[in-house]
Amino acid sequence: MWQWFHKLGSPKWFFGFAGTLIPWLAVGALILLAIGLVWGLLFAPPDYQQGDSYRIIFIHVPSAYLAQSLYIAMAVAGAVGIIWRMKMADTFIAAAAPIGAALTFLALFTGAVWGKPTWGTWWVWDARLTSMLLLFFLYLGIIALRGAMDDRDSAARACAILALVGAVNIPIIKYSVDWWNTLHQPASIKLTEPPAMPAEMWMPLLVMGIAFHLLVGWLVLARMRNEIIERERRTRWLRDWLGSR
Amino acid sequence: MRADNLAPVEYREEAGAGMLRACAVACRRDLLVAFRHRQDIVNPLVFFVIVVSLFPLGVSPDLDFLREAGAGIIWVAALLAILLSLGNLFRNDYEDGTLEQWVLSPQPLFVLVLVRVLTNWMVAIVPLLLLVPVLGLMVHLPADLIGVLTLTLVLGTPVLILVGAIGAALTVSVRSSGVLLALIILPLYVPVLIFGTGAVAAAADNVPIVGHLAILGAMLALAITLAPLAIAAALRMSVASG
Amino acid sequence: MSEVLLEASSLYCERDDRVLFSQLNLQIRPGTLIRVAGPNGTGKTTLLRILAGLSSFYEGRLLWQGRPLWQVRESYLANLLFLGHRPAITPSLTPLENLAAFTGVRRRNTRAELLDALAAAGLEHFEDIPAHHLSAGQQRRIALARLYLSTAPLWILDEAFTAIDRDGVRALEALLRARVDAGGAVILTTHHELSLPGCEIITLGEDGL
Repeated sequence: MWQWFHKLGSPKWFFGFAGTLIPWLAVGALILLAIGLVWGLLFAPPDYQQGDSYRIIFIHVPSAYLAQSLYIAMAVAGAVGIIWRMKMADTFIAAAAPIGAALTFLALFTGAVWGKPTWGTWWVWDARLTSMLLLFFLYLGIIALRGAMDDRDSAARACAILALVGAVNIPIIKYSVDWWNTLHQPASIKLTEPPAMPAEMWMPLLVMGIAFHLLVGWLVLARMRNEIIERERRTRWLRDWLGSR
Repeated sequence: MRADNLAPVEYREEAGAGMLRACAVACRRDLLVAFRHRQDIVNPLVFFVIVVSLFPLGVSPDLDFLREAGAGIIWVAALLAILLSLGNLFRNDYEDGTLEQWVLSPQPLFVLVLVRVLTNWMVAIVPLLLLVPVLGLMVHLPADLIGVLTLTLVLGTPVLILVGAIGAALTVSVRSSGVLLALIILPLYVPVLIFGTGAVAAAADNVPIVGHLAILGAMLALAITLAPLAIAAALRMSVASG
Repeated sequence: MSEVLLEASSLYCERDDRVLFSQLNLQIRPGTLIRVAGPNGTGKTTLLRILAGLSSFYEGRLLWQGRPLWQVRESYLANLLFLGHRPAITPSLTPLENLAAFTGVRRRNTRAELLDALAAAGLEHFEDIPAHHLSAGQQRRIALARLYLSTAPLWILDEAFTAIDRDGVRALEALLRARVDAGGAVILTTHHELSLPGCEIITLGEDGL
């Protein structure tokens, strides 16, 4: 276990490891995305209330779910980076923040598009949408902080601290927004969770969920590899590797 | 000269008494500096009043609107005024090297940080709280709601300044960090804002507000225990990069 | 008295993709004075900041009295006086207030001791004038007054003599010599010519890479 942990901290080992993993993730993500999209958009039965408009959940739900879990993963990486001074943890935060922001934006956008036929308006101050918006701001804050600092090591440390602070706040934000929402508009329509989803609906959703995980894994690892190339470009092993291409 | 004994010491004095004296010295020093820069305290107050008076001008001077929105307006204005004053919290001490000496003092950094933040609260926020009743009258809040509003601000503003100090410490080495600081900190302010204004709204509906105040108090307890650690870590990082 | 106070072994540091030093070994013993020399940009300041524990962006080992620095940080800091490029002088406070704020966080000093230290640093009659009315050299002297009060066995002085006139430098040389004779250890960088017999010199930038 500790040996594995130690390996994870070595840029060289991680670079190779990510390199072998990426093709598998990429192929898996593309195949499952194709299956999930075709199944969900064309073959799954329409919803008895919302008709075809519900089909956006096949994108909305996985992206919203991953946007949240990616932030938690960043906070965990931040803790690891601060406690064990592990370089790869910093690299992970740098690589994951823009992807998390993009996923959050996707969730917000699809939520708005879904809101138009369902609520008749593009934006509702619904609890989920509002906390998603705040999560989006948290991501943008981390990206902005990283961009503003010249020194790479300090930027990494700063982002780790901010991610941790944000993670402590996320439950508080979520709880307070939920509470605020029930106060201002008594629960009218819930976005997801129709009473019992038939298997023909949740199966493609599950496929899409797995596909999104693979996709995010692929993108994060690819960005981490780029980050490693930039950081370690003067080391011998990387120059050898670049020379062999 | 006092080169009497130069043998290394384990720890110069028992931590408790030394730490208390260090806190007193740091607090006295911060109060002195604040007193010499009185204008820096007045400016956010003026800003606070101006922002509140923009709303009747920009939206509507209608009594019903102001009574409905008044508490929220004052809360948002206070939040922005605090945000504005945060830029100076560590900036000067970073630039002249005082923060380096903080990091190198044998006293725990988070204690010094806590002293700085609480002194700043006393100096910068307490005058702001004194203005709240006046502004409450200007937006036609009933007297009992003004009391509730002030109470929520008393509980909420230390949280705002503690959380904001994390952002100030993170961005102290960044040139022209004002907007960046706002971007980082404002999302974290949302819960305090929600429960602060929620308490006033509940009081207006004659609903008990003990729950709201308890939650604000819980946030304060959480912030006062955890934020100094985060601020200290952020300051160490900023000093290391300078 | 030959016990090693601070020991650095195989220090490696890079900043902005440039290796400043690698395999740097250093031992600081009581009663020694070490001067770090080298052209601009070779990492003198970085080295002193790492030794003071201000920067953690390095690889290698730092030992205080044989124990890893990060384990005994508090006791290390109680034994260290660091003066940096930036003098840590608050412009709106008077020299006396500045000195009191600095030393008060560390140990108890009487007002008379503070005044003596300021007088020794050449600031007699300036104790109550806000620092921003003083010249650059006088502001630097406020920082140097800390030396006269310090009982820390290790001093790290990074360009502490900038803007000090010739007489001031002479006084400092005397202070440093007395300090070293009394068993204190000093490591410093400076652009001034100091006449300090028995001073070890470490030159950065020649074998750095």
